[in-house]
Amino acid sequence: MMKGSQQQQQRPLLIPSPRTPGKEELPYTPVNASIDASIPVSSMPVKPYSDSQIEMSGDFVRNPSSQSIQSKSSSGYSIKEVSFREGSDVIVNPVVRYGSSGSNPGRYGSRGASSGGFGSSYKEIKDEDARLVYVNDPVRTNEKRFRFAGNSIRTSKYSFLTFLPRNLFEQFHRIAYIYFLVIAILNQLPQLAVFGRGASVLPLALVLFVTAVKDAYEDFRRHRSDRIENNRVASVLLNGEFGDKKWKDICVGEVVKISGNQTLPCDMVLLSTSDATGVSYVQTTNLDGESNLKTRYAKQETQAKASLLGEIGGLLIKCEKPNRNVYGFQANMEIDGKRISLGPSNIILRGCELKNTDWVIGVVVYAGKETKAMLNNAGAPSKRSRLEKHMNKEIIILSLFLVALCTVVSLSHGVWLRRHREELYLMQFYRKYDYSEPEVEKYEYYGLGMEIFFVFLMSVIVFQVMIPISLYISVELVRIGQAYFMIRDDRMFDKSTNSRFQCRALNINEDLGQIKYVFSDKTGTLTENKMEFQCASVGGVDYDNGKAISTEDGQTGYSVQVDGMVLRPKMTVKVDQDLLHLSKMKHTDEGKHLCDFLVALAACNTIVPLTVETSDSAVNLIEYQGESPDEQALVYAAASYGFMLVERSSGHIVIDIQGERPRFNVLGLHEFDSDRKRMSVIIGCPDQTVKVFVKGADTTMFKVIDKSLNLNMVKATESHLHAYSSKGLRTLVIGMREMSTSEFEQWQSSYDSASTALMGRANLLRKVANNVENNLRLLGASGIEDKLQQGVPEAIESLRTAGIKVWVLTGDKQETAISIGYSSKLLTSKMTQIVINNNSKDSCRKSLDDALQLYKKLSNVSNSNDAGHVAGTNQLALIIDGTSLVYILETELEEKLFELSSKCTAVLCCRVAPLQKAGIVALIKNRTDDMTLAIGDGANDVSMIQKADVGIGISGQEGRQAVMASDFSMGQFRFLVPLLLIHGHWNYQRISYMILYNFYRNVVLVFVLFWYVLFTGFTLTTAITDWSSMLYSIIYTSLPTIVVGILDKDLGRSTLLKYPQLYGAGQRGESYNGKLFWYTILDTLWQSITAFFIPLIAYWDSTVGVSALGDLWILAIVILVNVHLAMDVVRWYTITHIAVWGSILATFICVMVIDAWPFLPGYWAFFMIAKTKLFWVCLLGIVVAGLVPRFVVKVFVQHCKPSDIQIARVAEKFGHLQGDAETEMNPIFDLPQRTATT
Amino acid sequence: MSSDDGSSKKVSKKPRYSRFTQQELPACKPILTPALVIGILMCLGIIFIPIGLLALSASENVVEVVDRYDDVCIPSTDQKVGFIKDPATNKTCIRTFTIPKKMRKPVYVYYQLDNFYQNHRRYVKSRSDRQLWNPKAEYSTSLCDPEGQTGDGKPIVPCGLIAWSLFNDTYSLSKNDAALQINKKDIAWRSDRTHKFSPNVYPKNFQNGTLIGGGKLDENIPLSQQEDLMVWMRTSALPTFRKLYGKIETDLEANEKITVTIQNNYNTYSFNGKKKLVISTATWIGGKNDFIGKMYMAVGGTSIVLGVIFSLLYVFKPRPLGDPSYLSWNKNPALD
Repeated sequence: MMKGSQQQQQRPLLIPSPRTPGKEELPYTPVNASIDASIPVSSMPVKPYSDSQIEMSGDFVRNPSSQSIQSKSSSGYSIKEVSFREGSDVIVNPVVRYGSSGSNPGRYGSRGASSGGFGSSYKEIKDEDARLVYVNDPVRTNEKRFRFAGNSIRTSKYSFLTFLPRNLFEQFHRIAYIYFLVIAILNQLPQLAVFGRGASVLPLALVLFVTAVKDAYEDFRRHRSDRIENNRVASVLLNGEFGDKKWKDICVGEVVKISGNQTLPCDMVLLSTSDATGVSYVQTTNLDGESNLKTRYAKQETQAKASLLGEIGGLLIKCEKPNRNVYGFQANMEIDGKRISLGPSNIILRGCELKNTDWVIGVVVYAGKETKAMLNNAGAPSKRSRLEKHMNKEIIILSLFLVALCTVVSLSHGVWLRRHREELYLMQFYRKYDYSEPEVEKYEYYGLGMEIFFVFLMSVIVFQVMIPISLYISVELVRIGQAYFMIRDDRMFDKSTNSRFQCRALNINEDLGQIKYVFSDKTGTLTENKMEFQCASVGGVDYDNGKAISTEDGQTGYSVQVDGMVLRPKMTVKVDQDLLHLSKMKHTDEGKHLCDFLVALAACNTIVPLTVETSDSAVNLIEYQGESPDEQALVYAAASYGFMLVERSSGHIVIDIQGERPRFNVLGLHEFDSDRKRMSVIIGCPDQTVKVFVKGADTTMFKVIDKSLNLNMVKATESHLHAYSSKGLRTLVIGMREMSTSEFEQWQSSYDSASTALMGRANLLRKVANNVENNLRLLGASGIEDKLQQGVPEAIESLRTAGIKVWVLTGDKQETAISIGYSSKLLTSKMTQIVINNNSKDSCRKSLDDALQLYKKLSNVSNSNDAGHVAGTNQLALIIDGTSLVYILETELEEKLFELSSKCTAVLCCRVAPLQKAGIVALIKNRTDDMTLAIGDGANDVSMIQKADVGIGISGQEGRQAVMASDFSMGQFRFLVPLLLIHGHWNYQRISYMILYNFYRNVVLVFVLFWYVLFTGFTLTTAITDWSSMLYSIIYTSLPTIVVGILDKDLGRSTLLKYPQLYGAGQRGESYNGKLFWYTILDTLWQSITAFFIPLIAYWDSTVGVSALGDLWILAIVILVNVHLAMDVVRWYTITHIAVWGSILATFICVMVIDAWPFLPGYWAFFMIAKTKLFWVCLLGIVVAGLVPRFVVKVFVQHCKPSDIQIARVAEKFGHLQGDAETEMNPIFDLPQRTATT
Repeated sequence: MSSDDGSSKKVSKKPRYSRFTQQELPACKPILTPALVIGILMCLGIIFIPIGLLALSASENVVEVVDRYDDVCIPSTDQKVGFIKDPATNKTCIRTFTIPKKMRKPVYVYYQLDNFYQNHRRYVKSRSDRQLWNPKAEYSTSLCDPEGQTGDGKPIVPCGLIAWSLFNDTYSLSKNDAALQINKKDIAWRSDRTHKFSPNVYPKNFQNGTLIGGGKLDENIPLSQQEDLMVWMRTSALPTFRKLYGKIETDLEANEKITVTIQNNYNTYSFNGKKKLVISTATWIGGKNDFIGKMYMAVGGTSIVLGVIFSLLYVFKPRPLGDPSYLSWNKNPALD
C-alpha cells in the first residue's frame, strides 16, 4: 500500500489555494491500518483538504461560522463538493490530515475505513465517466469510441518540424521579448529605421538563439530517453502465452506479466501475484521518491483464476477516467457475475519497481500519457520575488521617463519643424526628388502631426535601452549562479539523508534575505521524525528506561535463531531491565498483562517485516517497513522485548515470542480514522480465543475503556501520560478485550456486509468498529520520543537575533508542543505565556482582549522601568490551539489575533490543521508587507509552504510532498541559518545592487543619447554607432555586473553568523528601495551630464566629426559605468578584475573593430581622435568629474551615518571581529535532558 | 534505535569542497579609510590642477582670427537668396584683418558654418559609402534619395545630400599684397584617401540637377583626390562646426594685415546660417578653448577642498574604524 503521507502530500499540489479548515478535532495519536484478505489496506484519503472540510457530518459542525467557511471554500471546489453530496451520508474520513502528530498525519492512518475511506469509491462510477477494460481483450477494449492512449510516451516538446514555431512561440511568452520584438519591427519600417537592420535585430536574435539551442539540447535528450523507454520490453499475454512486446506497443486491456525488480510499463490492475495470498511489493522511488516498500494486493477472486491463463478473459473492469491522483483509484470488476470493488491498493503504477515478489500479472488500465506518473509530470509553481515586484514598479517609472523623453523630443521636433518650415524646403531634408516639376513637393514629409508621431516612435527605438531588458536576463543568470552556490554549500549538505540543498524555484533567491516570519512545522522539521520508543506504562507502572542498558554499542539486541540463522531487528531499542525481566515471567498476572501489551504492540499495526541479509551470512536483519514511524518504533520496541513480528501475510501474522512462533490470524482490522482516533485489530490467537487490540489517542481511548476494571491503574496511567507528554513524548494508549464466539460471529457478519456495501461503506465500517471498540481493558500506554534535530535551539536563537519571528505550528498536543518549545529555545522561562484554549467565539474574543490588556500592562511596566534591557523580561509567548483558531481565523477576531501575535516574541500553535497553518500564514501575509517563510516536511505543511512567500521543504522521513511543493528543500532545520543569514543576505545584497546598477547603466546611456538629440534638430541622430549602442548591454557592460552579482560579498560568512542582526538590512529593504532608486537616477543624471557635455564643450567650434565624438561618448560611458561598479565592489577576486577591466578593454577593441570597417561612415574615426591628447584628457576628466560626487557622498555617509553592514565590513577587515568569529552559532547551555531522569 | 545505515552504501552527494563553491576565494577587500580617502582626493587635485594649468596656457597660446563674412559679402537687399543662387552675379568679396599675435606655422584656415544641421538625421543618412569605394557599386544609391539618381535614372556619384551640399566658397589670402599660399593637400584623413574614397571612382552626374546644392566636382579627378569632399563628408557632430579649408605653411607675424578674397558661392541665406572664416593655430588641446583647463582646475580644486574638509572631519569628529560598538543594536538595544 502506499504510504499515507504521500498520498496526501501529492494531492495538495493540485489544490490551488489553501483555505482555513473547519474545526474538527485533531486526532493526536493515530494508529492503524488494516489487513484483510479481500479488502486490503486501502490507502488514504484522496483529497486531504477538501474532503475533510466539505464533508459536514453533523457532529463536526459546531458552529455556523464554520459553515460559512465551508461554503466559501466550496465555491472553488464545487465539483468535489457535488461528488460528496452524491456520496450521501457517508462520512469520509474527515480530519485525516490534521491528524496525529502535527507534521505527519498522513503517516498514521488517515486511511478511511477500508475502501470507503478512499475518496469516493463508495460511489458508483457512472458509465459516461468510466473506462471499460475487457481483460485480455485489447481489441474490444479499444474499439471505436474507446480509443485509449497507447503506451508510447513522449516527454519531448518538439519534433523536428515543430521546433522553430513552437519554441519561438514559447519564448515570446516573456513580455520582455515582445518589447524587444516590437521595437525591432518598428525599426524595420523605412520611416522609422533608426538603426541598421542587422544591429537592431542582433540582441533579440542572440537571446532567442541561445535559448533555442538550450531548449533543443534538452529536447534532444528527452527524445533519446523517450526512445529508450519506449523500446523496453515487457512480457505480454498473447494467444495464451506470454511473449515479449515493446513497451510502446502495449495497449489497454492487455495482460502483462512483470518479474521481480522490473519496472512497470503502465498502470495495471493486479490480477495475481506469485504469493498465494495475492500480496506484492512495489517501490515507488521513481514516483514520489520514497524508498519504502508499498504493499499491493491482487483480489482473491482473480488470484485464483489467474493461474489458469485462459480464464482471465471475460473479466470486465470498469474504472475511472485517467487522473493525476497517484493515491486514488476506483474501479470495480465483474467476475462471475459478481462485482467487486478495486481500490488504490489493487493498482500498480508506471515507474514503480516490483520488489520482493517473483512475478505479478496485471491488466493494463492506463497506458502511456494517461498513466498517473505521466499525468503528474508538472513543474513547480512559480513565484515572483518581492524585489522583482519592486523592480517592476521602478521599471514602470522608467517607462514613464521613456515616454516623457520621447514626448519632449517629438514635441520639440514639432516646434523645430514649425520654426524652420520655410527652410525645410531649402535644406533638402524634406524635398521631393523630381525638381523639374514647377510645383516642388516635399519629400517624405507627412505633415506636422505625423512627423511628430514618427519622431515619437523613433525616439522609443533610440531610447529603448531605458527599459533594461538585459536586466531580466542577467538577473536570471545571477540567480542561477547563486543557486549553484547554495546547492554546493557543503554546510547545507545533510549527511544523514545524503541530500543536498535544492533550489526548486529559481526566481526567489533574494527573498531569502528579507524574511521576517518563519512558520515552522514541528515534527520532522524541528524534530528528527525518528521515533524512538522511550517508555511505557504497563498496568499502571511506569517503565521509563531508568535502568536501561544501551544496546547500541554492543549490538547485543534481542535476536532469535532459526535454522541456524540469527534473526535480529534492524534497529535496537534501549530496553528497560525491569520490563524485560517481567516479560519473561508469563505465569504471573503482571507477566500476562505485559504479554498482551507487547502482542498488541507487535500486532496492532500494518507493519510489514522484511528480512535483509547482511554481510555476515549467519545473521539476518529484520526490517520493519510501514507508513508510520510511530508504529515502526512500537514494533521494534516489542521486538526488543522478545515479541518479534517475523511474518505478515494478508490473513495472519507470526510473532516470535521468545523462541516460540505462534501464528495469529488477523480476522479483521479497523483502520485509523480521525473521528475515532484509534485503530483496532481483531486477532484469532493460537489458543482459539479472539481478541480485539486497540490503540489510539488518550482522549478517545479513555472513553472506550472500562474504567471500572481497575480504576487505580487507569488513574496511574493517566498521570503517566501527562508526564510523558510534558516531556515532549508522543503517547499512545493501548487496550484490548476478548470476544466471545457469538460476538465475533455477529461482528463478522456485520463487518462483511459493511465492507461489501456499495453505498456508505465507510460509515458502516465505522459503526462496526465503534461497536467492537468498547469496554476495553487498559493495557498501558507508550511514550515515543521524537528527538529534536541537531542545532535547532541554536538556529532558533540565531533567527530570533536576526529579527525573524519564529512561529511553530504543530498538530501535536499542547503539552508536547510547549515542551518542544522549551527545548528548542523557542520559549524561555523569561517569557510570559499567554495560552488561548477556547471553545467558542466569545471566549476567544475575551481571551484576546485580556491578552492585549496584559500586553499593555507589561509594556507600561517595562517603560517605567527605563526601557532597554528590561524589555527582554517581558517578552510574550502566545500559545494557541487549533480549536480556538477555528473561531478566530477568517472572522473579525483575526485582527485582534494579528495585533496580539505581532507583539509576541514567540507564537506556538498546537493542534492545528493543515489548512489552518495556511490560514495563519495568510493572517500575517495579508496584513503586513513582511516576508514570510514556511518550512515543513510533511503533506500537512504543503498548504502553508505554498501560501508563504518562500516555502521550504525538509526532505526527511516523510516523503516528498512537502519538497515537491516547496521552493527550496534541504535536509535539516538548522540549515535555515546559513540559508537565510548568509545566502539570503548575499542574494539580496547582490540582486538589489545589480538591479539598481542596471537601471543606472542603461539610463546613463539613454540620457547621453537624449542630450545629443537636443543638438540635432530633435531628429534622433545618434553619434554612437548602432553597433555600439546594441553591444553596450551585451558586451560592454554586461559581464562585470553578472560577475559581481554572483561573486561579490558584502560581508564574510563568519561575520554574518556572528551578528545575525545584520540580516535586518534585508528586512528593512536597505539595499533597494524607492529612495535609493531616486538617488541613483540623480547620480545618473549628473554622470550623463559630465559624460556628454565635457566633450561637447571641449570640442565646441572644432572640426570634430560625429563618429569621433560618438566614439568618445561611448567609451566615456563604458569607462564611467565600469569604474562606478568597481567603486562599489567589496571583494576583488581575480575574475572581478578580469571582468571589469576586461570589459573596458573589450569596448576599446570593439570600437576599433567597428571603426576599421571602411563601409561605415565612421571609418578610422577612433584612431584619428585617439591620436589627440584632448581625447584622453576628456576621458579622464569625465570619469573623475562624474564619479567624485558619488565618491564623496559614499565616504561622507560611511563616516557620519554608517550602516551596520559598513561598520561590520570595516571591522571584519581590521580584525575586530576575529576570535570567536569561527563559531557557527552561539553555544547553547542547557539542552534539556529528557532521557535518563528517574 | 540506531540510525539507518542504509545510506552509507549510496554514493555521497556531498558537494566537493573547493574554495570557489564555498565562496571563499581569496579576495582583496579595499576599505575607504580616512588616509585613503584623503590620499585619493589630494592625488586628484595634484594631477588635475597642473593639467588644467597646462590646458589653459595651451588654449591661451592659440591665436585665432574669426571673421564672419556672410552678412557683409552680399548686397544689402532682400534678395539675398536670389543673389546667391544666380550663377551670373559676381560673388567676389574682399575682407581684411590684422593678425593680433604671432602665429607660428602651420596656420590652419577653417570655414565655420552656424545653424547648419549637418547632424540632421535625414542629412546624415543620405550617403552611400559603398559607392565611394567600389566602382561597380555606383547604383547603390538607395539611401541617397532624393539625391540618388538623376531624373532619367542615372546614378549620381557621389550621391546623397551630404555630397550634394558640398561647401564651395573659396578663399585666397594675401599678405602685404603678396599672395599667401594655402596648401589644400592632406587636409583630409589619410585613411579616407587610401581606403574610403577610391582612386578608381570618378564623380558622375554630380550637381547636374536643376537645383544646385553646392560645389561641383571635376569629373576627371578621382574621388581619392577630392579632399574637400572628404572633409565635407566627415559630417560634423554639432549644428555649428568648422572644417579645414587649408594650411598656411608660413608664420604670420603680429599686426600683419591679411587680405582675403572670398568667392561667396555657398547659400546659407536660405536657412539663416552664418559663414565664418577662421585662421588659427593649434596646440595639443585643439583650438582656442579654455573649457578643459577650467574644468580640470575646478575638479582639482574641488578635490583638494574636499580633501581638506574630510581631514578636518576626521580630526574633529573621529570615529574608530570598524568599532562593533557602533553597530545599531549595540548602540540601542531597545530597538533590537
